[in-house]
Amino acid sequence: MKLLSGPDLSLGPERLAAHVQRLGPLPQGGHALVEVLVRSGLTGRGGAAFPVGLKWRVVAAASRGSAVVIVNGAEGEPHSKKDRLLMASRPHLVIDGALLAAASVHAREIVLCIGEGHHAARRSMSEAVAERADHERRMMRIVAAPARYVAGDSSATVHLVDAGVATPTTTPPPPRERGVGGAATLVQNVETLAHVALIARTGVATGTLLITVAGSVRAPGVYEVNAGTTLGEAVQLAGGTSSPARAVLLGGYFGQWIESGAAWSLPIDPHALRDRGLSLGCGVIGVLPTSHCPVCEVAGIMRFLASESSAQCGPCFFGLRALADACTRIAERGTDPGDLQRLQRWSAEVQGRGACKHPDGAVMFLRSAMKTFEDDFAQHPAHQRRSA
Amino acid sequence: MTKQLELVVDRIKCDGRGLCAEILPELIRLDSWGYPIVAPGPILDHLVGLAERAVDDCPVLAIALRRTQAPKAKAR
Repeated sequence: MKLLSGPDLSLGPERLAAHVQRLGPLPQGGHALVEVLVRSGLTGRGGAAFPVGLKWRVVAAASRGSAVVIVNGAEGEPHSKKDRLLMASRPHLVIDGALLAAASVHAREIVLCIGEGHHAARRSMSEAVAERADHERRMMRIVAAPARYVAGDSSATVHLVDAGVATPTTTPPPPRERGVGGAATLVQNVETLAHVALIARTGVATGTLLITVAGSVRAPGVYEVNAGTTLGEAVQLAGGTSSPARAVLLGGYFGQWIESGAAWSLPIDPHALRDRGLSLGCGVIGVLPTSHCPVCEVAGIMRFLASESSAQCGPCFFGLRALADACTRIAERGTDPGDLQRLQRWSAEVQGRGACKHPDGAVMFLRSAMKTFEDDFAQHPAHQRRSA
Repeated sequence: MTKQLELVVDRIKCDGRGLCAEILPELIRLDSWGYPIVAPGPILDHLVGLAERAVDDCPVLAIALRRTQAPKAKAR
């Protein structure tokens, strides 16, 4: 059984009656389900790939009946579309997962944080909430998350619910120990919760993942693939490359660059990728064509990441700006050995020095770009300005 | 396990005033933008007094002393 099984996606959100007829009623949440999730090996699909069952255990233990479940549908990653597609087409799968989570961690409240720009998803989810039984509906409310990269950080979603400000806060303690109003809070990505809704019914892992294929492919979009599908097969699903590929950015803007020759055989599987020092992140597979200059592309993304700093921590706010400026200088004026050295030094100074992982993600992205495109960075010509 | 202390900087509170690095250059240096980088590892006994002063004198109360739990705690 897959997440996107059922009626054609173009038909819009699946209604509650059709959902129940197709999948049966909502199963029981609780301790037994938590243990099933631990055994299933399900990891979070928001990007960090944290083991789901373990997180639920921690929140359940800290709950005292007062926990909160945050359904994270902020999806601020620029190319990712999977979460909004799921919310817009299978809203009850997400809500089932949230209700199962609430029952399992003894939560009193469910907050659905949905990106403010994801209009179809918000409409679909609010209609789906309205279709639910009174006792379920009363637990749930919807909050619009601003369209910012850091708004999907788990502490930022807690901050949004608590104070209306979607910026990260200092951790530890993490939300799973101390979140909304000081209560233990389970922050879980919408795809993860949809997996839970299926696992609770079948007892086994779905074995699939939602990915967004973007860049120079003929049919960019969201695809559901079996774990272990290769990147090459995923690109074929998306119609194949629309022009020769130079490299793949795996995992979105906090991800890593891989030369296309080495990319196609890589398996889309969180555990197998981790063993190779890679991460699927939020599931974005971006294909860079040979016609684009990687240095200019990287400079554009660094400028974006710098502008998306929440400007709370100095090393992130000033450091990412300095890194983006140095990348832009190389892109516009050509390689300068001093700038290359500064990129190395500043990357080391920025790493690990924010309240959230935004600076770390940006530095990981930049370091992988400088390794994969070492020659391009070393001999970039001047005045070759191309924007992404 | 013996009691060990480490310095922890609240990155959001920290404004980069730099007093901590003046008081305790043995353990704290400033990055390219004037924000403190704390040497990893527990604080040696003879520096604990200065570390306490760095904590007390921070104008925005962004730095704290914390007892390390694990013997191999990682500090930043």
